[in-house]
Amino acid sequence: MIRLGWRLLFGDPAKALGLIFGIAFATLLITQQGALFVGLMLRTQGLIEDAQEVDLWVMDPAVEYLDASQSMRDIELQRVRGVNGVKWAVPMFKTTTPLKTPEGRINNALLIGFDDASLIGATQRFLVGSVEDLRRPDAVAIDRYGFVKLWPGEPIAVGKVLELNDRRAEIVAITDAAAAFALQVILYARYSQAVSYAPTGRHQMSFILARAGEGGARTVAQRVTAETGLKARSSTDFSEMTINYYLKNTGIPVNFGVVIVIGIIVGVAVVGLTMNMFVNDNMRIFGVLKAIGVTNSQIVGMLLTQCAIAAIIGFGIGIGLTAAFFTFAATPTSDLRGFFLPWWIAAGGLFLIVTVVLVASVASLRRVLWVDPAIVFRG
Amino acid sequence: MVPASNQVAVRCRGIAKNFAQGGHATRALDSIDLELRLGEITFIVGPSGSGKTTLLSIIGGILSPDDGELDVLGVPLRQLPPGKLVRFRGVNVGFVFQQFNLIPSLTAVENAALPLIIAGRSERDANAAASELLCRLGLQSQLSMFPRDMSVGQQQRISIARALVHNPRLVVSDEPTAALDADSSHVVMEILRTLAVTDSRAVLVVTHDSRIFRTGDRVLRMEDGRMVSEEDVYS
Repeated sequence: MIRLGWRLLFGDPAKALGLIFGIAFATLLITQQGALFVGLMLRTQGLIEDAQEVDLWVMDPAVEYLDASQSMRDIELQRVRGVNGVKWAVPMFKTTTPLKTPEGRINNALLIGFDDASLIGATQRFLVGSVEDLRRPDAVAIDRYGFVKLWPGEPIAVGKVLELNDRRAEIVAITDAAAAFALQVILYARYSQAVSYAPTGRHQMSFILARAGEGGARTVAQRVTAETGLKARSSTDFSEMTINYYLKNTGIPVNFGVVIVIGIIVGVAVVGLTMNMFVNDNMRIFGVLKAIGVTNSQIVGMLLTQCAIAAIIGFGIGIGLTAAFFTFAATPTSDLRGFFLPWWIAAGGLFLIVTVVLVASVASLRRVLWVDPAIVFRG
Repeated sequence: MVPASNQVAVRCRGIAKNFAQGGHATRALDSIDLELRLGEITFIVGPSGSGKTTLLSIIGGILSPDDGELDVLGVPLRQLPPGKLVRFRGVNVGFVFQQFNLIPSLTAVENAALPLIIAGRSERDANAAASELLCRLGLQSQLSMFPRDMSVGQQQRISIARALVHNPRLVVSDEPTAALDADSSHVVMEILRTLAVTDSRAVLVVTHDSRIFRTGDRVLRMEDGRMVSEEDVYS
């Protein structure tokens, strides 16, 4: 009977292809937009993810998310270090600064300054050179994407010179830092040097990065807040806080949500209409099958098999297109770097598509179940 | 127990059927008494709207009567729950339709094998049995052809093969020759006569086609939902 369902479905190739490509298109919309949305949200907290040795972020109480830091007094670092449970704490400087290449290209860069002594706070992912190279005078590290933007077509190499606020900076390392939400070029330098490149006033320290000891990051964070009055969050909580800020204060979720809902509507409409046409065209055949002894449960099984086959093939094509998009479009040097197709988006997409197909098939199934086999004797 | 040849295959007593139409009930069948015997071809004739097809559907187990007793092959159909009724039809009744109702995406063999596949036989066995029957019907060269590539006469022969392949004891047929020319009609009815009657089946044919009466045993005439006359073809 399953084979019969298959033969019935593909007996009309135009409808079968319409059904499959409708599902594929819905899958593509849902998973591609879902993955882009997730990638964009993950970009907002890429810096937190990159600082792997750190599990505690301390900031001014007014700070709501990573990209809007408020400078703190240097004394705060000592106060945090004095809190019970804090194993170590280092300063971090974060700002945006204009840059200029000797060739005359200008751009804005996200400049990260990390602890001079421990070098904690820099990304761990170096493609060329190492974090130790940044101890040299005027040394900065640039991310691969930034290098390609500033020197397109040139092989990635150290030794290039930049101007940051009219001050010389030499590229001594290339990183594979996580993409930032908005800025294209990410520079790393020692704290003291970064501050000199982009003076921000009386206070410079953007964040205090710390490691919690006994009790864990959340407990120690509460203790830091209680004793210093500063806002302290575990890395995980700060990531969530940052993502939640973007979710609540930007139109990003709505925009992506609308496209995903359109994908679902397209899926339901295409599958529903095609199944409806298929059932309409085959109503007499279903009547014949019922007349010659096919039970309702066998017919339901047959139709669901048809739907399942179409859903699997359609989903396969759709998810393949999504995977191909991220493989070929989201390369490390492209504007879409950092975007990928998480497995759980694919799984969620499959769940949604199966639900869409089932919902869209219900109306058709009902009609088939109610079809009077006596239809076969009508002219 | 299935009756032996010349025994009664179908017994109707006081069968009545109403259809709702325009807010009120229309009497389609009124107190039909009828017996069909194994080994016989029985024709039902009458004007359009006389209830022929309704009676055929009831005897074939597709429609339920509103009143009366209906025994088919010793089984009181009105007492069967819907699921068992479907299975009863699948095993014991063969249908031949005016419009053939073949499945366009299946070949001749696959169409003819359907009842066996529905009954749970393997595809290979079912196709072998269907092929054998189609060869007996003269379609040995058309086994792998699709219905659209065949003449109407050939399509009707496939439909007859589908009706007989699972060896049912009752065959019901609605206007089997309506779409056929005289020669094809003759061939189709001879096939039905040979395959159905000689294998001790009861065959009920609803028709307007008087050319085929001589291939049957009895002709029953209906008007306005009632059985009005019966004649023996050979009398």
